[in-house]
Amino acid sequence: MNQSPNLNSFREGPDEDGRFGIFGGRFVAETLMPLILDLQEEWNKAKTDPAFQAELKDLGAHYIGRPSPLYYAERLTQHLGGAKIYFKREELNHTGSHKINNCIGQILLAKRMGKTRIIAETGAGQHGVASATVAARFGLPCVVYMGATDVERQAPNVFRMKLLGAEVKPVTAGSGTLKDAMNEALRDWVTNVDDTYYLIGTAAGPHPYPELVRDFQSVIGTEAREQILAAEGRLPDMVIAAVGGGSNAIGIFHPFLDDKDVQIVGVEAGGRGLEGEEHCASLTAGSPGVLHGNRTYLLQDEDGQIKEGHSISAGLDYPGIGPEHAWLHDIGRAEYVPIMDDEALEAFQLLTRLEGIIPALEPSHAIAEVIKRAPKMGKDQIILMNLSGRGDKDIFTVGKILGMEL
Amino acid sequence: MTARMDKRFADLAAEGRPALVTYFMGGDPDYASSLEIMKALPKAGSDVIELGMPFSDPMADGPAIQVAGQRALKAGQTLAKTIQMARDFRREDDATPIVMMGYYNPIYIYGVERFLDDAVEAGIDGLIVVDLPPEMDDELCIPALARGINFIRLATPTTDEKRLPAVLKNTSGFVYYVSMNGITGSALPDPSLIGDAVGRIKAHTRLPVCVGFGVKTAEHARAIGASADGVVVGTTIVNQIASSLTADGKASAATVPGVETLVRSLASGVRASRLAAAE
Repeated sequence: MNQSPNLNSFREGPDEDGRFGIFGGRFVAETLMPLILDLQEEWNKAKTDPAFQAELKDLGAHYIGRPSPLYYAERLTQHLGGAKIYFKREELNHTGSHKINNCIGQILLAKRMGKTRIIAETGAGQHGVASATVAARFGLPCVVYMGATDVERQAPNVFRMKLLGAEVKPVTAGSGTLKDAMNEALRDWVTNVDDTYYLIGTAAGPHPYPELVRDFQSVIGTEAREQILAAEGRLPDMVIAAVGGGSNAIGIFHPFLDDKDVQIVGVEAGGRGLEGEEHCASLTAGSPGVLHGNRTYLLQDEDGQIKEGHSISAGLDYPGIGPEHAWLHDIGRAEYVPIMDDEALEAFQLLTRLEGIIPALEPSHAIAEVIKRAPKMGKDQIILMNLSGRGDKDIFTVGKILGMEL
Repeated sequence: MTARMDKRFADLAAEGRPALVTYFMGGDPDYASSLEIMKALPKAGSDVIELGMPFSDPMADGPAIQVAGQRALKAGQTLAKTIQMARDFRREDDATPIVMMGYYNPIYIYGVERFLDDAVEAGIDGLIVVDLPPEMDDELCIPALARGINFIRLATPTTDEKRLPAVLKNTSGFVYYVSMNGITGSALPDPSLIGDAVGRIKAHTRLPVCVGFGVKTAEHARAIGASADGVVVGTTIVNQIASSLTADGKASAATVPGVETLVRSLASGVRASRLAAAE
């Protein structure tokens, strides 16, 4: 490392090899190494370039709609009868989730690097839509890889991407979900290294992606920290967010990591229960391994073959997790807990009725954890939760489960 | 460098022809057939064997090798069985170098030290682990070299002059030049460009340079063999196996003979390809 790490800080990672403890790294084919080294170099320059930061800020304010509001959920607080609950309203962003924060940042990087073609992977389609959006905004062609299974169950987002001018390529290899889409995007990148920028949607993958995605998403926590100080004159007792790959969670967690009195809770998709294989709780029920460019916790068998996850939420349906979460888990700075499909579904309905906000199924997992924790906390305590996306995309899934014809 | 690998390339240099390096997926379509295929390779003219270790998420491979891996996994192949396959092969053939090729996670989960112990004992001569670039040498490359197992690195068209020394630093056995940016099973690029690239690498190393990606026919093998020390054929063999299977994906009477015929033809290509006297 260039400088001696501050041992009292949890915010210094990764080291220059992209490691958070034993996690992270650069496990990629040789063809991609020069590319990720170029990206790292460009990112190091952009980080400290006032012009880059100014453009990011300007687009954040006028295109995304930042800062997103901090909202006191009064009725939910009263209903649960414990801690005061605040939501960071990332679902009010342009395109309806936190994903756009990262996409704007990365497309500015792509532009700086002179890349003329954007590729992305998507599960539920939120990152695909956000990528297609910024590609349209900057006039670049965009190819989105999406598992064939997901293409089928997320038809509205597929149509959105097409409207935005992106080409959606269904991936039939493997089981046709997010991890297969990521494999296929990597194959495209290996083949088209000269002109193509791979816009990864979460804080995972080879270094420097986990770092730069985190930094683009940290605007969430930085704003929320200021907003809660303005509203309450103090920091929250607990910060809660849902974790799939983990970009919305690391975005809100990171600015609070050195506030020792703030408890950090990540919520994984428990699916249909951790006993079987139908879940995506890689931290709670997985083990360390190497996939998609980084070492992290994975759902895998005893031979190191990667398993398919399951979640009601396509956005959490990934058998891995960002390496920084793996590290925060191991050192105990953050706690990770599973929430089952049915608990998330109940939370989805409760929030809709009580607050008039239809949340996405991903943050519905975080809401379910709030529902468990708030009543056990004092009325003078505060929970801050990242409401990372809106639920319009999920009404078909929920309708089907509730037995309603749409 | 293991004695087997050393000797094989030295003998071929003396013979004045490039090596035919053949890849197949361990356990495809089942253990017994796959072992028969492995045994048939040297008899049909293969000089070095690349034994594929199946992985659920082969990010640098095309559909053919990906599906072959799935067939193998479905038939119950594991890393332990792939090592066992090498061990079984060695009982009959102690001369043909075996290079295990695949991805890191199954090795990491097996345990690096345990894997290397078992690989040495089974008679493995080298490793190609696609997702371990030089930046990750501490993981497996350095421990493997310490046991005398070659760590064979891929060089690609994106490996420029600046990066080449880093790529070659801990490479041993041979250098595997991937003749294009892309996944396995793509089209063959212009042989003259390959010749230039091989020359560029040879300016930095005394190791043999083998070229792969896109070699399908004896003529390809001959053309590439004109400038390279070895020609790697993978997807074409895997496709040959796939095309011989029954409708439910089982081996047929044509599976092993089909591979033999193909490899014999490729071997005639490399044998027609005399290296320049200077080599």
